Amino acid sequence: MSTLLELSGVSVSFDGFRAINNLSFQIGEPEMRAIIGPNGAGKTTFMDIITGKTRPDAGSVLWGEKSVSLLRKSESAIAREGIGRKFQKPTVFEAQTVRENLAMALKNPRGPFDVLMHRKTPEGAARIEALAEEIGLTGQLGRIAGELSHGQKQWLEIGMLLAQAPRLLLVDEPAAGMTPAEREHTTDLLKRAAETRAVVVVEHDMEFVRRLECKVTVLHEGSVLAEGSLDHVTKNKDVIDVYLGR
Amino acid sequence: MSLVQDSGPRRPFILRHPSVLLFLGALAAFTIVVTILSEAAGLGLVSTSFVKTLGKTLCLCLVAVAMDVLWGYCGILSLGHMAFFGIGGYAIGMWLMYARTEAIVADNLAAAPIPPTPQEISDAIGSQIFGVVGSSEFPLIWSFADSLFLQLLAVIVVPGLLALVFGWLAFRGRVTGVYLSILTQAMTLALALYLFQNDSGLRGNNGLSGLQNIPGWEDWPQSVVSLVFFWASALALALGYVLCAWIVSGKLGSVIRGIRDDEARVRFLGYHVESYKLFIFVLTAVIAGIAGALYYPQAGIINPAEIAPIASIYLAVWVAIGGRGRLYGAVIGAAFVSLLSSWFTGGGAPPINLGFYTIQWTDWWLVLLGLSFVLVTLFAPKGLGGLVDLWTERRRTADRVGDYGPDKGAWRREEGEE
Amino acid sequence: MIRAFLLALFLLVSAPIGAQAQQSDLQSILQDYQEIVASPSRRTVGPMLEALAASGLPGTLGFLEAFQNRDVWVRGADGLFFYVIERDDDQFTLLDIATGEEVGTADKSEIEQIRPNGGVRREIGSALVQFQLSDPDIERRQAAVDAIARDLSADQIGPLSGAIDNEADPDLKARKEMLLGMLIAGFGDVPEERITAIETLADRSSVEARAVLNQILRSSSEVAADLPEGENIAGERIVGVDLSREEAYLELVDAGLAPQRISADALRAALVENLADGAVGGVPVDELGDPARRVDAYQALAEAGQVAPFVTEDEITAALAAHTFYDVYAEADASVTRAAEEALAAIETRVAMGQAVDLGLDALSLASIYFLAAIGLAVTFGVMGVINMAHGEFIMMGAYTGYVVQLVIPDYTLSLVVALPLAFAVTFAAGVAMERLVIRWLYHRPLETLLATFGISIALQQLAKNIFGTQARPLTSPGWLDGARVVNDVVQISYIRIAIFVLALMFLVLILFILNRTRLGLEVRAVTQNPGMAASMGINPDRINMLTFGLGSGVAGIAGVAIGLYAKVTSEMGSDYIVQSFMTVVVGGVGNVWGTLAGAALIGSFQKGIEWLNPSNTLAAQTYMIIIIIIFIQFRPRGIIALKGRAAGG
Repeated sequence: MSTLLELSGVSVSFDGFRAINNLSFQIGEPEMRAIIGPNGAGKTTFMDIITGKTRPDAGSVLWGEKSVSLLRKSESAIAREGIGRKFQKPTVFEAQTVRENLAMALKNPRGPFDVLMHRKTPEGAARIEALAEEIGLTGQLGRIAGELSHGQKQWLEIGMLLAQAPRLLLVDEPAAGMTPAEREHTTDLLKRAAETRAVVVVEHDMEFVRRLECKVTVLHEGSVLAEGSLDHVTKNKDVIDVYLGR
Repeated sequence: MSLVQDSGPRRPFILRHPSVLLFLGALAAFTIVVTILSEAAGLGLVSTSFVKTLGKTLCLCLVAVAMDVLWGYCGILSLGHMAFFGIGGYAIGMWLMYARTEAIVADNLAAAPIPPTPQEISDAIGSQIFGVVGSSEFPLIWSFADSLFLQLLAVIVVPGLLALVFGWLAFRGRVTGVYLSILTQAMTLALALYLFQNDSGLRGNNGLSGLQNIPGWEDWPQSVVSLVFFWASALALALGYVLCAWIVSGKLGSVIRGIRDDEARVRFLGYHVESYKLFIFVLTAVIAGIAGALYYPQAGIINPAEIAPIASIYLAVWVAIGGRGRLYGAVIGAAFVSLLSSWFTGGGAPPINLGFYTIQWTDWWLVLLGLSFVLVTLFAPKGLGGLVDLWTERRRTADRVGDYGPDKGAWRREEGEE
Repeated sequence: MIRAFLLALFLLVSAPIGAQAQQSDLQSILQDYQEIVASPSRRTVGPMLEALAASGLPGTLGFLEAFQNRDVWVRGADGLFFYVIERDDDQFTLLDIATGEEVGTADKSEIEQIRPNGGVRREIGSALVQFQLSDPDIERRQAAVDAIARDLSADQIGPLSGAIDNEADPDLKARKEMLLGMLIAGFGDVPEERITAIETLADRSSVEARAVLNQILRSSSEVAADLPEGENIAGERIVGVDLSREEAYLELVDAGLAPQRISADALRAALVENLADGAVGGVPVDELGDPARRVDAYQALAEAGQVAPFVTEDEITAALAAHTFYDVYAEADASVTRAAEEALAAIETRVAMGQAVDLGLDALSLASIYFLAAIGLAVTFGVMGVINMAHGEFIMMGAYTGYVVQLVIPDYTLSLVVALPLAFAVTFAAGVAMERLVIRWLYHRPLETLLATFGISIALQQLAKNIFGTQARPLTSPGWLDGARVVNDVVQISYIRIAIFVLALMFLVLILFILNRTRLGLEVRAVTQNPGMAASMGINPDRINMLTFGLGSGVAGIAGVAIGLYAKVTSEMGSDYIVQSFMTVVVGGVGNVWGTLAGAALIGSFQKGIEWLNPSNTLAAQTYMIIIIIIFIQFRPRGIIALKGRAAGG
């Protein structure tokens, strides 16, 4: 397992409020990692920094074997490097069909002229079928995404992430608002995804994190408070104080 | 919507989108009927000036289609696209005016005892064209006015270039939504104010005139000229419609609709959103320029007032009333509102006598338009095109009640995808 | 001493006693010069005027004025002079020239009007000046001083210097002294005195002082083979730098130092003239479309002596090289011109500084206008996120409200006092109605809001046109707002602009107060930041939105009254301000009153700055300003005063 992404000494503040404070973090490939922390711990900002939405005031973000800095890259360029992000609220293109959603995410040249001249291929169609199978939406490809249930939208979004064939998947609270059965399916999806790539899951729900069976990083006030197995961190006194004890 | 549906990859594009075929058929039938009824064909049921009105309306439909791609599909409400339309008009107008003046001047000078020098010809043309603004010098931007080819090129290049520079600045700065709308409005206002100056080199508020006289076609009566431009406008609309339909129905269409609905999501999928917006912005600007170049020879005159912000807002009004997000909606809206507008403002509508007050439509049409626009926005966001939905929805319901049932219907659509 | 003298003068002028005796005195003096008065000429009128001046008679002033205005008539029979009143029946009533009493009538044929020519009237005028400068009525003295100031000339030195010592009014005395200084500077006989006077002028920056100095520095353009000795030369002019090649050669021709150049038209005319057998000078006609061939043909004609010789470019170059172009002062004394140059430079530096201040004040008042126009928008757009394209029409409604109030209440001060709150009320109501009927259905659909409010905007605009017509309606400001506060000749600011500035300031304070210090403001901020939370705390977001929108619209109405006072009231006035207002809000930073202030200041000074660089063209100024704003937004997309962090969204 080699290091895929490394953040070191990253800080960012908004109007004097330090959202991220000298944060260091790394993840290998393949690996599954859960990030927990109380509200305002900087989880979302952490993802914003990796995906290029927020530029840190200090620190470095290095990516891949060649340790490329991500700080100068645009959001879309970072996404093309192989980082996929799933938002807290399911964000799929509700006016378009499931198939169109997946087709848009499929790893293909992203330039406007490439897309304009894009021709549908049997390989692409097969890939979409396979993805639909994976996320359990086989029968739904022709439906308008807006008609899907909440859980199905979450899966569709994960499916879109997988379609991008990313090396790192950032998933923000995937289980929120799901039924127990849907959660189970989501856990399986993520675990399967983590077999071949790095997956970072931000989650509040301890039960869900436990089922992921992975290393856990606890964020507090913008820095790493503890890191290790779930059992290990839940025994950490600091963690109990700031988070679990409440 | 039929445009949104995908069909098998091997069937031609047109066949996959019956609405395009339907539209082209309707346009062709309309063109033929007008031609037969025109004065040029001898029947004379449609006057030459009305043929010109219809031709101009087709040009407006074309720019509305472009606007629909930009606004209805890509979500960018530009309040400045009529600036590109006007630039197209100015570009062709410069050649029309130059070439015609040159012919007149050549005639005048031919009577002189000794042949004119090139300088004398140029001076004479200059004082003919720029006399109204108290100048006789040719401004730099008229350098290529003698070349039809270069001015035609300018019809495409100048709006495209302006859109490229403006769009690049705006999109790079992540200006979106209403900010962008207001910025585009400022752009067209700046251009209009600039052209209003006498030393802008384009005859200030006099604009360019006499554009209906096409150099080289002096022997043709206006009835024929008007018909030729009518055909050209219809052809341009057909081509523009097919091009836009092709763009919005493919994967690019899927991406730009994604940008319209959730820009950030598209960005995190790895698409460089700004490039897409810029592509659509420039493309629609070029289409607008071409539409303008066809419009103004039929209108005969162009002046800076045509570029004022209000014109672009009307463009948005047409598309909204027609129904955005569907290309034929834009065509319906532009044709319906602009024809209705010229009927009302041209005094075609009879005044209504209320006893204590007589409603003169020339005075009250704008009030009516403004209010109906509010009503459409509030109560019929789908616009006139929404009426088509009523019809197709009913038919679809009928299908479901009949043989297939709801599940079958869903399945059929799904089958159509691949 | 002076007072006693004035008293004596007063008695002398106003005393009606002994009118009969005086009448004969004035008339008799005139009779001494009867022929000169009856048919005056510039050369002969002098002694008569001196005699009149010496007499010190009270009617003299009135007579001279009447004489100058051609109101004096002469009776043919006895050569006596009268004033007349023309009656309906071709008869004239004769008035005595000293008392103005009726002394009889005459037929038109019996009397004749005396018509002094322009030269004579000027002579009379300068004689009058003496009287007027010492007139007991201060307004007449003032008028006489103004008359001198309008048209300075050497012969005024005498009368003016004689009228300074006995001047009672200190202001007027100072002005007289200043004028005398100018006269001496311009026309004095002793160079030392002139230089001293010029140096005194350097401390003033009045237009008059500058005019005097420019008068001294008058120069004429000359050309000669070499710079002449002994003349007061202002400077050499270089061809290609100070004057163009064409202008320079034209001067040579005018000075008779070079032959006339053959213009293209003259050349063509000469060729046409000498056209014979399809050729000119051996060149066939159909080759004459080539300019070079035309010259060939002309030179052939010139060699044959049929036309003036052609001047080639080389000859022109040689002629220009052989001559020196220079300016020479009309004033021969170099020390005087040098002093004047230095004084003018000093004045111009001060004037430039004054102009900078003036420009700053202009920018400030423009910024106030923009601020007033935009502040309502900043509330609706910035705080609520609602785009109101009809904002400009609310401004217009406010202005028309003011106009209607003035129709009803003729007193301008009172009508203004009524109009301001009424405009607020009207537009507040309109704003609330619009929010209830349209905008609240479109929250979170900003583009649709934009278009719907635009529909309202065109409807309102046309409605105003239907009601009030297309021509501009006056909104007259009260008398105490007329005029301007004059700081000096360069810097002045009209009271109306000061009033608008004060109004803008009041609004800034008011809006800040409402948003930051009142319950309503607190609730507005709560709803802006988190509507759900606000609602759960018992705040009714509907009500708050309605009130906020009403407030923003009401402010627009008041701005309309203010703008109407300063500009014209038309149905289209709103659209003149809407784009600028949006720019102001966007440039300043959305959601921030201070930002709007900064935006208004920036845009106001931009526009004035550009107008200053290119004063002839306000249209271009607006064009460039918009371009600058578009570029500005590149670098600060969130405006000058930007909210940062999560609150800014994104």
